[in-house]
Amino acid sequence: MVYLDAASAEPLHPAGRQAMLAALDDGWADPARLHNEGRKARLLLDQARDAVAALLGCRADELSFTGSGTQAAHLAVLGTVMARQSATRGPGRIVVSAVEHSSVLNAAAWVQRAGAAVTVTGVDATGRADLGELAAATARDRTVLACLQAANHEVGTLQPAQDAAQLCQRAGVPLLVDAAAVAGRLPVPAGWSLLAASAHKWGGPAGVGVLAVRKGTRWRQPLPAADSQAGRSPGFPNVPAIVGAAAALQAFQAERAGDDKLRALCDQIRTGVLATVPDAVVHGDPAAALPHIVTFSCLYVDGEALVTELDKAGFSVSSGSSCASPTQRPSHILEAMGVLTHGNVRVSLPRGTQQKEVDGFLGVLADAVTRLRDNLGAHGNDPRPEDPYVEVTA
Amino acid sequence: MTLPPIPPPTSAGAAASSPAPALTIDALGKKCPIPIIMLAERIREVSVGELVEVLADDPAAKTDLPAWCMIKSQESVSVTELPVGWSFLVRRAY
Repeated sequence: MVYLDAASAEPLHPAGRQAMLAALDDGWADPARLHNEGRKARLLLDQARDAVAALLGCRADELSFTGSGTQAAHLAVLGTVMARQSATRGPGRIVVSAVEHSSVLNAAAWVQRAGAAVTVTGVDATGRADLGELAAATARDRTVLACLQAANHEVGTLQPAQDAAQLCQRAGVPLLVDAAAVAGRLPVPAGWSLLAASAHKWGGPAGVGVLAVRKGTRWRQPLPAADSQAGRSPGFPNVPAIVGAAAALQAFQAERAGDDKLRALCDQIRTGVLATVPDAVVHGDPAAALPHIVTFSCLYVDGEALVTELDKAGFSVSSGSSCASPTQRPSHILEAMGVLTHGNVRVSLPRGTQQKEVDGFLGVLADAVTRLRDNLGAHGNDPRPEDPYVEVTA
Repeated sequence: MTLPPIPPPTSAGAAASSPAPALTIDALGKKCPIPIIMLAERIREVSVGELVEVLADDPAAKTDLPAWCMIKSQESVSVTELPVGWSFLVRRAY
């Protein structure tokens, strides 16, 4: 099998695995206790926090580990609304881009049910956030939080998060930057007030998220109070997993040199898809994109069937389509971009992806698409404007 | 929470003011990508410049019908919400 779904989970980095295994022996005790075992766990936790804070560009006392990136995003949104709500005028307004991770959108929907106003700002056809809409929304009265990801996790488009941060600073509105897609891969955009990330996107173990709240940003614990970790993430921390996450981030970030190779392979996929699959479209902005993600859609194909077909052929990818499922909607990201949602495939390359693996993927893709189109009796080759007189034959 | 609507169709004509479609394709109850396949197969049954109406209620159709028109250089004239699903008017451009 060739694993090409790093955007869902990057395989555990060997450095992270090794550190985590060692910490299972040394860091199992309660880090809040003053005895020898507790102090050992505390030391490991503090070292991990120092390391991750330094790598992400914040102070250790600004950073908390959470149970996941999703939980970090939830805490960021709810805690900000909680701190800034007014007893007389209610919770105010929050602004989110239409292509945020579902954790941010779900948190927004949650505070909306509690009476907050939510403004959703649009994106262009590449998925890039419209800063004009963001500026207009943050200028409105009682806007208490704006949310913009550093890069889109589904199509790879980099967001103007640094410009957004300046704009928010001028408007006096705190900005949550969801950095899950960039942490460990690209520098985290400067100027955020709150930052969320997730360790399994950088080769750390699942179950470790990061929430950073910049000093001076108003934030209040939205959950029953806890005394650990500056009160941000209640409960006994998973010290071994946190240690593994820190070691993985250090190693992963140090290997950024490999990014050029991944970027070249992604470019090869972009070109190869368009050259070999009739009626395919590649999404996003290749000039301002994450190095490891390519997303495309093939007309007249059920995206989930395509994922299954590619799995049978030995390639693991994901899809933002929802053709087979009666309850699900297609990817809200593709919808917001206004691009084809069916026949969608996201390919995301883990570290160390080989040329021959990408060649192999491109080698099976066109056949898989043709097979599925044949099953549906659909033609991937109907005439284009250039050849208007070619007739379709069934 | 509602996400922002799909960008409006390129031409100004709304369903009410458009001439009657030359062909109506009923794709209600059909999952993606079947509505698109039906449109692609049958758009050549109308003359260039005439309208095809597609009725569909799969949520993906709302994005995918206009996206198909853009990819295929056909003209997405209007998208009208129905009690169930949408009516898409497409003008055969070539």
